[in-house]
Amino acid sequence: MKQHSDKALQFLKDEPRADWHDQTLWIVRQKRDKAARSVADWEKLRHQASQVKDHVLSNLDQYLIQFEKQAVANGAIVHWAEDADEFNHIILDIIKDKSASRVVKSKSMLTEECGLNPFLEKNGVEIVDTDLGERIIQFRKEAPSHIVLPAIHLKKEEIGELFHEKLGTEEGNSDPTYLTSAARAHLREKFLSAEIALTGANFAVAETGTVVVCTNEGNADMGVHSARVQVHCMGIEKIIPRTQDLGVFTRLLARNAIGQPITTYTSHYRKPKPGGEMHIVIVDNGRSARLGNATYRNSLKCIRCGGCMNTCPVFRRSGGHSYGYVIPGPIGAILAPCTDIKKHKDLPFASSLCGSCSNVCPVEIDITNQLYRWRQEISEKKLFPPLKRYVLKVAGFAFSKGSIYDFSGKMARLALRILPRAIVYHRINTWGWERELPAVPSESFKEWYKKNSQKEGGQK
Amino acid sequence: MKKYRIGLFIPCYIDQFYPKVGVATLELLKKLGQEVCYPLKQTCCGQPLANTGAEKEAIPVYQNFVNNFSEFDYVVTPSGSCAYHVKEHFDILKQTPEVKKVRQNTYELCEFIVDVLKVDDLKIEYPHKVGIHQSCHGLRGLKLGKSSELMTESYNKVRGLLEKANGIELIKLDREDECCGFGGTFSIFEPAISAKMGKERVHDHLRNGAEIITATDMSCLMHMEGIIRRKNENIKVVHIAEILNSNRL
Repeated sequence: MKQHSDKALQFLKDEPRADWHDQTLWIVRQKRDKAARSVADWEKLRHQASQVKDHVLSNLDQYLIQFEKQAVANGAIVHWAEDADEFNHIILDIIKDKSASRVVKSKSMLTEECGLNPFLEKNGVEIVDTDLGERIIQFRKEAPSHIVLPAIHLKKEEIGELFHEKLGTEEGNSDPTYLTSAARAHLREKFLSAEIALTGANFAVAETGTVVVCTNEGNADMGVHSARVQVHCMGIEKIIPRTQDLGVFTRLLARNAIGQPITTYTSHYRKPKPGGEMHIVIVDNGRSARLGNATYRNSLKCIRCGGCMNTCPVFRRSGGHSYGYVIPGPIGAILAPCTDIKKHKDLPFASSLCGSCSNVCPVEIDITNQLYRWRQEISEKKLFPPLKRYVLKVAGFAFSKGSIYDFSGKMARLALRILPRAIVYHRINTWGWERELPAVPSESFKEWYKKNSQKEGGQK
Repeated sequence: MKKYRIGLFIPCYIDQFYPKVGVATLELLKKLGQEVCYPLKQTCCGQPLANTGAEKEAIPVYQNFVNNFSEFDYVVTPSGSCAYHVKEHFDILKQTPEVKKVRQNTYELCEFIVDVLKVDDLKIEYPHKVGIHQSCHGLRGLKLGKSSELMTESYNKVRGLLEKANGIELIKLDREDECCGFGGTFSIFEPAISAKMGKERVHDHLRNGAEIITATDMSCLMHMEGIIRRKNENIKVVHIAEILNSNRL
């Protein structure tokens, strides 16, 4: 499988496009800064959100039981899924039970994680993503490249072409208002004919059994209001204790995501409509294992705002698809190895460890630190190629002995001075692809010091 | 000013490739009245290994560092990244009194001048247009300044020292604290992204009229200098120790 570095190289081949991608997301980051500045005590709010989440994670069993009890009392049907496969089957069973075949779905990263769409399609169900960005990438048969802005890698002209092909819009017309109206008309039909509406969940309130979904397009509501059966899909970590805790998160979420004070719609789903049915599917899929791991557990605090992606200088210049995992960017780089460390062993290294993600995170996840810890674990599990392991071992030995270090340094400087440029800048020297090596000085600092300190009467 | 016994730590890449930065650091600390010793058996802080995942292999390197530096009042180094590594990541050693002392007393040069020596004006003459590249580990790790992500009160120890210089013009960058993309072995294993980030960092300085890029870390500057020299850009890199040492003290 291609590594992140290969895919990043590919992404950067079209440099103007990479610059556009970087600048687009940088503008989102700047909007976030402006919105965050407008909130007095932003940092305290982040800390409070982090503490609420920590508290929930420490008492998750009780809160989940409380949530289920309340939801059932409200008239909802609660299902539990241990993994992706069980989740997909639960959804399919609900659909089959209603003899339905037309499903609309608002944004849900959990369903992406579990591969729900391909599973349902294989089983003859038409599932339509109703979030505009999600619908675009569904047409293109692509994965989202960002968790909040799933089609951010595409330009409006490409969407114009796509809609011309799929929806019959005018050729060459890429006016955003025109295209959005076309999508709206197309989705309206889907909403009206849908038998079942799926949604994700941003929050699940334990004390009331309510599922809270935040959207900007109102598409979750459109689905839920049109279809008789509503199904809300949530990971076990979406719990918050009380309704009064919700404000902490709604103040942070949209501001940190895209610099908006709040999402246009914050929908509270509490009980089925008259004559309707409400299902809630609670999914583990590896989460409880992570909960039991002291180093990585607090990644479960993530509220999926995407702020770490917008701020990440690597993400902005390599695109979400370069990560090869459903959740890209810094948070994806610490979540992915939890699911399959061998497959995703490149991701914790797809970072300069600049620390911006940890500072931006609205729930204070120590992302940078977890990237560092994953690197240690990947090395300890011997997942590096043998040569790299050997080099690291030798370097560890050489750097621990002053005399070997001095000698190696001298030899390296000598080599750089006398070897022909063609050898020094061989393709294997990745530093040299786009950079010169430093000019070699005649002596090291240590050599200079030995000569000069004696003149001054001898330092140690 | 109080006189301390200082162990000077010169990071491996500065020792090998930029001895003049080591010399400037040494001279500056002496001008500030400090007793400076440079232990000859020193090598590296171990960060290149640890950031690559080989923290265990770095333990003897850490131990060598502690053996060389535990006798001093302070360990001072012209690198925010190395200082941060010692403070943050020597936690895997057995926390003996020596280890604790070294972790607690290791300082990046500017931080040492401002926080320990309490000097804020070094009487510098530096009539140039300078852009400050805020190295990430100094900024977000050691908190030498407020990073742009945080909504807290603004401060900046490095800028504080530079803005007092006579004749200096500190230029404003479009992105005040974006990473340069060096990232240690990141520069080798992710060469395309690393170089792209470096290019943009250099361009930000060029676009805004800087003659000189300075930083607390020569590693960031080495990376950007590599790009500047390859592209023959009309801008220079100068480590902050060299600027601070060009003074009238």
